[in-house]
Amino acid sequence: MITKLNHVSVFVLDQDSAFDFYVNKLGFKVHTDAPMGPGKRWLTVCPPEQPDLEIVLMPIYAGMMFSEETAAQMKDLVSKGTFGFAVFECHDLLATYEELKSKGVVFKKPPTKEFYGFEALMVDDSGNWFSLGEKK
Amino acid sequence: MEEFPRIYLYRRIVQAKIFIDEHFSSSIDLDNIAGEAYFSKYHFIRLFKSAYNKTPHQYLISVRIEKAKDLLKQNLPVIEVCEQVGFESVSSFSGLFKRITGISPSAFQQQELKMRQEIRRVPLKFIPNCFAESNGWIKNSNFEEAS
Repeated sequence: MITKLNHVSVFVLDQDSAFDFYVNKLGFKVHTDAPMGPGKRWLTVCPPEQPDLEIVLMPIYAGMMFSEETAAQMKDLVSKGTFGFAVFECHDLLATYEELKSKGVVFKKPPTKEFYGFEALMVDDSGNWFSLGEKK
Repeated sequence: MEEFPRIYLYRRIVQAKIFIDEHFSSSIDLDNIAGEAYFSKYHFIRLFKSAYNKTPHQYLISVRIEKAKDLLKQNLPVIEVCEQVGFESVSSFSGLFKRITGISPSAFQQQELKMRQEIRRVPLKFIPNCFAESNGWIKNSNFEEAS
């Protein structure tokens, strides 16, 4: 019986820039930041109130996972905003939207009342987009 | 039209929250923040709590404790951490830290330092095997064959 999700990957174009976005702008906590050899790093962050869900900020490079060609295609797709990976939750969407916007976070949709709820769409520094909703 | 004043109020509340984020180490007078946001104290507290699920005072405490955790992870002495996050007395800081986190600042620091040493010593213990294999960090990986 599966009981929990504990790791999920987000492919990013640059781990240093992703660190700045997720930690300094979104306020996520660093869970593990381990150097794994020249130019390689295992970096995971957690939403502030969810310390047991590690979001792996996974760089895209040619190696065992991707060929040169696939890595280039992945980078292209990520930067084009092809991927929407997850739904984040906050206590108050308007307040969170105003704060993140003041920190330079890009939104492709401002807070909007939809039939399924109150939602905004934000974009990370690589081009991945996320839904942001509120739960009061 | 109806949204405009609401957004205006939100911006004031967000500014107050960011003010706390940036000045948590000083002695912050929450009455002054309410004044700067052009609200009465009680109206301000009610709006702040509605946005962040915490009163401004509770939020200030949580920011200080979170910052203290970050500084303790950097191996700073507890007394220095206490000063840097805006507490005047080590005993009140330590008591509050333990009440909120369930562990004393020094025990938290030992636990974190031990974990960080372990991450440096055996990083693969902290990386799910499938990810380690797909990055080529495990010798004799069978990732390609398995996929």
